[in-house]
This record gives sequence, C-alpha cells and structure tokens, in this order.
Amino acid sequence: MFGYYFDLALRSLKRNPVLTALMVLAIGLGIGASMTMVTVLHVMSGDPLPGRSGQLYYPQLDPLPLKYQQSAYGPDPRLNFTWPDAMALVAAHRAERQAAMAGGALLVRPARTGLRPFYVDGRYATADFFAMFGVPFLRGQGWSAAEDDGRARVVVLGDTLSRKLFGTSDSVGRMVRFGDADLRVIGVTADWHPQPMFYADASSKAFGEADQFFLPLATAMDLKFDANSNQSSWASIEGDIMKSPNLTWLQVWVQLKDPAQIAAYRQFLSDYSAQQKALGRFERPPSHARLYGLMDWLGRQNLVSADVRLQLWLALGFLLVCMTNIVALLLAKFLRRSGEVSVRRALGARRRDIFLQFGIESAVIGLAGGVLGLGIAQLGLWSVRHRPDDYAHLAQMDFSMLVGTFVLAVVASVLAGLLPAWRACRVAPALQLKTL
Amino acid sequence: MHPIISALKHHKTVVILVVLEIALTCAIVSNGIFIIGNHLATMRMQTGVADNELVWAESSGIGDASTSASQASRAAADLAALRGMPGVKSAVITNSLPLSSTGSWGTCIARKAGGADAESVCTVVIYAGTAGVVNTLGIRLSQGRDFLPQEYQDYDPFQGERAPPPSVIITRSLAQKMWPGEDPLGKPIFLGDKNSGVTHVVGVTDHLLNPSINKQSGADLNMLLPVTLATGNMYVLRTQPGVRDATLRNLPKVLDGVDEQRIITENHSYSDTVSDYFHDDRALIWLLLVVIGSLLALTALGVIGLSSFWVQQRTHQIGIRRAIGATRGDILRYFQTENFLIVSAGIVLGLGLAVVLNLLLMKQYELPRLPLTYLPIAAIVLWLLGQLAVLGPALRAAAVPPVVATRSV
Repeated sequence: MFGYYFDLALRSLKRNPVLTALMVLAIGLGIGASMTMVTVLHVMSGDPLPGRSGQLYYPQLDPLPLKYQQSAYGPDPRLNFTWPDAMALVAAHRAERQAAMAGGALLVRPARTGLRPFYVDGRYATADFFAMFGVPFLRGQGWSAAEDDGRARVVVLGDTLSRKLFGTSDSVGRMVRFGDADLRVIGVTADWHPQPMFYADASSKAFGEADQFFLPLATAMDLKFDANSNQSSWASIEGDIMKSPNLTWLQVWVQLKDPAQIAAYRQFLSDYSAQQKALGRFERPPSHARLYGLMDWLGRQNLVSADVRLQLWLALGFLLVCMTNIVALLLAKFLRRSGEVSVRRALGARRRDIFLQFGIESAVIGLAGGVLGLGIAQLGLWSVRHRPDDYAHLAQMDFSMLVGTFVLAVVASVLAGLLPAWRACRVAPALQLKTL
Repeated sequence: MHPIISALKHHKTVVILVVLEIALTCAIVSNGIFIIGNHLATMRMQTGVADNELVWAESSGIGDASTSASQASRAAADLAALRGMPGVKSAVITNSLPLSSTGSWGTCIARKAGGADAESVCTVVIYAGTAGVVNTLGIRLSQGRDFLPQEYQDYDPFQGERAPPPSVIITRSLAQKMWPGEDPLGKPIFLGDKNSGVTHVVGVTDHLLNPSINKQSGADLNMLLPVTLATGNMYVLRTQPGVRDATLRNLPKVLDGVDEQRIITENHSYSDTVSDYFHDDRALIWLLLVVIGSLLALTALGVIGLSSFWVQQRTHQIGIRRAIGATRGDILRYFQTENFLIVSAGIVLGLGLAVVLNLLLMKQYELPRLPLTYLPIAAIVLWLLGQLAVLGPALRAAAVPPVVATRSV
C-alpha cells in the first residue's frame, strides 16, 4: 500500500514539475535558513564538559553592602569572589573537589632564537583544577595543594604552547620565562578547550581562545601577575588590592557528587555567610548565598547574543511564510484532483486511504525539501564560519542536527499537507462524479 | 466587484492562506527594511576625522619598570621616527579614536565646582591627544580655535588628582547637553575627583564620534583634552594620499628601529578600523536583504502558482463569459482585480502584524518605533509584486477562446 501511494505521489509530482519545484524550493529555503540558525544556537548552548557538567557547581556569595546600587550597564560584582572568600571556600574542603581561579595574559619570552616575545592567555588556579575538570595530561601532572601553599614556581603548558616554545610536547623539567619570572614546566596538557569556556568570568570571550598555561594562583599573586577578569569593588581598599575583602575578581567551582552533598554544601554556604555577617563583614542575609549547576549557570550568562536570537526568529518567521505558501499550493493541487479522488472513493477507497495517499505525497515533497534544505544550511553555516564572531568556528552541523534537518523538513511538510489532505478526503464523490 | 467577491467565497480556505502569507511577508518585509534603514543610518555617520588618511598603531614595551619620564622620552623618540617616514604629514599620540572600540568608558563632568548631580552630565567620553592632535586627526572646528602649544599638559584623565589642561574642545552634542541654547565658548567644565579640576571650552566640533556607539554614551558625547602623553598610547599618523598602505607596511620596522624591546599589538589603516566596526551591521543587512528577497520571490511564485491553477480550473467559465460578450480586457481585469483584492486584504492584516512585530522587537531588542512611512512602502511593493505575478496567468486567461464554451467538458 505504502509503495503504491509512493508511486502515485511521484507520478502526481512529475505531472506538474514547476509547481513541485516551487514547493520543494519553498520548504528547502525555509528549512535551510531555520537549521542554520538552530545549529548556531545548538553549538552556543552546548554542554562544555559532557559527562562531567552534572557534578560541577558554581557557588555565589553576597558580600555587597545593603545600600549598594547595581548599575544597569556594569557587571554584577557578585558574579565573582573576593580573595578571602575564595580562599575560605577552597580551604574548607566541604566539596568533593574545589578550586579558585582567574584568567591572565602573560608575556612569554622564548629562549629559542628567532622567536619574538608574545602574549599568551592562561589561568591561575588552585590544585584541584585539573582533577575536577578532567584536564587530560600528555606528560607530567598538575601541582599539589602543598605546592599551592609553597607558591611553587611551576607551570603546566598546553600542547600548542609547548610545541611553539620547545618544538616538542615533552617539555617537562624545562624552564619558561613568564614576565620577569622563570617557571619550571611540570606538566603538558592536551589542548583542552571546553566550549563555551564556562569557568572564565563573564568579561572574557566565552568562545575565545583556549588557555595555554596554568600556574598556581598563589604563585601568580606572589609574582604580581595581572588578572584579566572583571574587578569590581564597592568600598575603599587598603593595602594589597587583590587580597582586599572589598574587591571581587576570582571564580570558584566545586564538584558535588550527590543530592546529599549538594544540600550540605548549600547549608555550608549559608552558614559561612551567617558567620561573615556575625563578624560584621557581610551586611546581607545568608539566604543570598546561592549554588548553581553548571548548565543553569551558563543559562544565566546570556551567552547567546541578541543578534543570534533575532536571526533565529527571522529564520523561523521565514519558515512560517514558506509553510503557508506550501499549504495554499497543496490545497489547490489536491482539490484540483477532486475527480480522481471521487473515482477512488466510488471504487471503495476509504477517507483514510485518500488522507494517507496525500499525506505521503506531502512527505515526499518534505524529503526532497530536506535534501535541498541541508545543502542550503551547509551554505548558511559556511557563511557563519566566515564571520569574525568568536563563536563562528563552532558553526558545524553534528549528526543530531543532520537528522534534525530531515525530521523538521518532513514534519513541516506533513503538517502543511494536513489541511489540504483533510479537505481532499471530505470531497463528496457523487457531486464530482456527476460533473465528470 | 461583487461577482469577484462571491467567486472568492467559494475558495475561502485558499484565499485565507494567501492573505495570511502576504500579511506575514508584509510584516517581516516592513520591519526588515526598517532595521536595514536604521543600520545604514549608523554606518553613514561621519566619524569626524580624516578616515582615508590615517594609520594607527599600538605598541607595548617589554621589561624595564617604566617611569613617566622614561615613557615620555620613548614616546618622543617614537614620534620623531614616525614623523620622519616618507609621506607622513604628522603624527600624534592619542588615548583612543572614533569607532576604535577601545577606551570608551564615560565620566561625569559638571557645570559647577563640586556640582550636585543635577549640575553634571555623565557618560562623557574623554579623548586626549598630544600636540597637533586636531590637525592630525582632521577634526573640523565649527566654532572657536585649536589648542595653543602651551596648553598641552601632563595629565591623565583617569588619575584625577592633577589639574586638567586649561582648555578643551567639545562636540556640539555635549555643548547642547551642558548648556542648551547658550554659547559654549569660554564656559568652564569641572572634572576629576569631586569635580575639583577646571578647564574651559575653546572650541566646538559638529562631528566626532565616540570610540563605540552605545546606549550609555550615545554617538558623540565627548570632549578632547590637550596632553603631553596619552594613556592607551595610540600612535596616529596622517599620511599623504597614496602612501597610506606603504606607511602601514613599514611602520613596524620603523618602531623596531627605535627600540626592539617591544611588541606591536595593533597596526591598522583607520578606514579598516571603521569597516571592522561595522562588520556586524553589514552582515545583518546582507542577511535581511537575502531574507526579504527570498520572501518576496516566494510570495510572487505562490501567487503565480495559485492564479495559474485558478485559470486552468475556470477555463470553461472564461469561455462562456467570452462567448456572451466579455472582451479579453474584461477577463484580464477580472484576474487583476481579484489579485488586487486578495493582496489588499493581506496588506491590511500585514500592517497590523508589522506594528505588533515592531512592538515585540522594541521590547526584546530595544529597536526604535517603526515610523509609519515604512508601511506604505511595504504596501506598494506588495501591490506591484502581486500585479506582476498575476499578469502571466491573467494573460493566459484572456487568451482563452470563446469556442471553449461550446466544448463539452
């Protein structure tokens, strides 16, 4: 039965090639435009650490004074941590693993001749960073908590930087000059580039370049290396700026295994806030302390720009117009075959047979439109990849999007065919047969 | 008219669908054209500087703990070398340039010393440039004079403790905001810590864009201070036409020749900088043009497909009408009027949809209100498109010979 209807559909479509081409073109354009933007959205809101993200949490404290006014344009200081709070959370060891971190760009002076000094992006972090995020090592390993405390002059390099500086991935034991300090390489990681770079602060590019070095946070503080995150303060600062309790600039991530640990950690954050309030440092209630899951946290950062969302709506609006167009054309086409339908009905076909026949014809158009749409979407993604935006290089279709294209195309065309097919199967055979 | 409407009543569903399609197209096209117009207006704004003659570079020194004095002497050596390049008319150091996207934070300035909030204007961008900055950038003053040589002073707008230079050049927009309707020349501006420093307006320019155009500071709320050394350290060169690209190529070598211990972080022709600034706008305009074009084409093809179908379906009736005296023109006009009615219904609905869509966009993307002049444009485009699309099928209908009526079906 299915094969027969498929054959009928092909014959019917061949009889009117211009109209068929028009419908395939319409659905192809609509699907192509929509899938381009859906793919961009898909890669921008993807999971940066599949398999691990479910256990990663971002705590948030509220050290702001009661009367603090949040500017509509500036960043929220509470997105980051002050040095004393970050260190207290790391030292408390209440989570499975926990690390404080901040980004920095440092001047590297290669020992190799013929290579000029250059700036490179990296991260200052505490020891758990590698184990918590599962950073893959090619050689050596990260540093220990003891080395954190000892402000060890050590560094972990990314593979790309190691090759650039030493021509090999095996640079463990070599010395690198960062700024004015010589650091010993203790490990080399494979190039590790979660997208978006969830652990960086909101001021950095979420889809930007990968970190190429990692060094102990305490060492970076000791050497007075600059951090390039947002630094927000709300009161005058005395003494060491970076260690002030009135300046937020650090990020803290924790790993929690089960709901019990999560509940316990929430309680710990609340207790910590209450304790700080009792000491007179915090002014706001402990209930302001929060704990966000990784994906929840990313959802709050609005990584998908307004432009991309506007373009998605534009594409979907376009698809809607395409579908209206196809509904009208299919309706005209199917109703024109009232005579044929009546003959089939008179010969014993049920309404549902007619409905199925026309449904299959719509699906065939959808399938052809899907193929065209896939081509157009690839063209669209190619043009997105040539934009200068930081997310551009991610615009690739994966397998799920590939399947999604066909599903969307067939669903859209079958939906478009519903009304015309329903109208066609309601045709009264007697009336039509009389005029034949 | 009446027979056409009653005929259309027999195809209610199809007619409603076509009307819907035209309405959606109308809504999207009118808003699309509006967004394009908005972006084009921004892109056409004059930067206020000599776009095609400027080259700029930034370099950061390595190593030595730099004091203000050593910075000044290094900057002087760099500038001397840059001015010595063939075809370079002049060279200065500034903290930023219009549309360069750097150093665009705003400050508050006041009309009175220690002025209360009501006396101050905020989110004003401060430009600072070394001797000859007005002529090098090509800023045209519409009122007042350029800075005098002795007015360039050692001042950093972001370390408010030192007294500012005695004179300042401001944009017309800032003058209007500070002293609406008054002559700004000679007026004092207070800035720095608790607005303790004072400077006086010596010149006004009609055009000088901000480093970036945003909601906070608007397009051109800024002022220019004469300094001896500018933070940000942008070397800006004005070249003779024709040697700009050569200057751009040789600039790193010249700077390295002065002192090799540096990294040249930026080196661009200014027109590239402006073009980069508007890259997103251009991309969006192209995207909208493609979408609008495809939508219009699709709508036209839909109308053609449907009219052809109706013509075929009514061949017999057309024959009868011809046989009882209708001319070819009558048949042609019938289909044209029918199309006009359908498209008009679509446009009426579409204009409503366009306004709704615009309200949504205003809320989500802070777009301005859609001016009503855009609506007739979209309407006329759709009417013309509809008439063009129906012409082919209508001519075919008009060509149906009366003899068809006598044939049995």
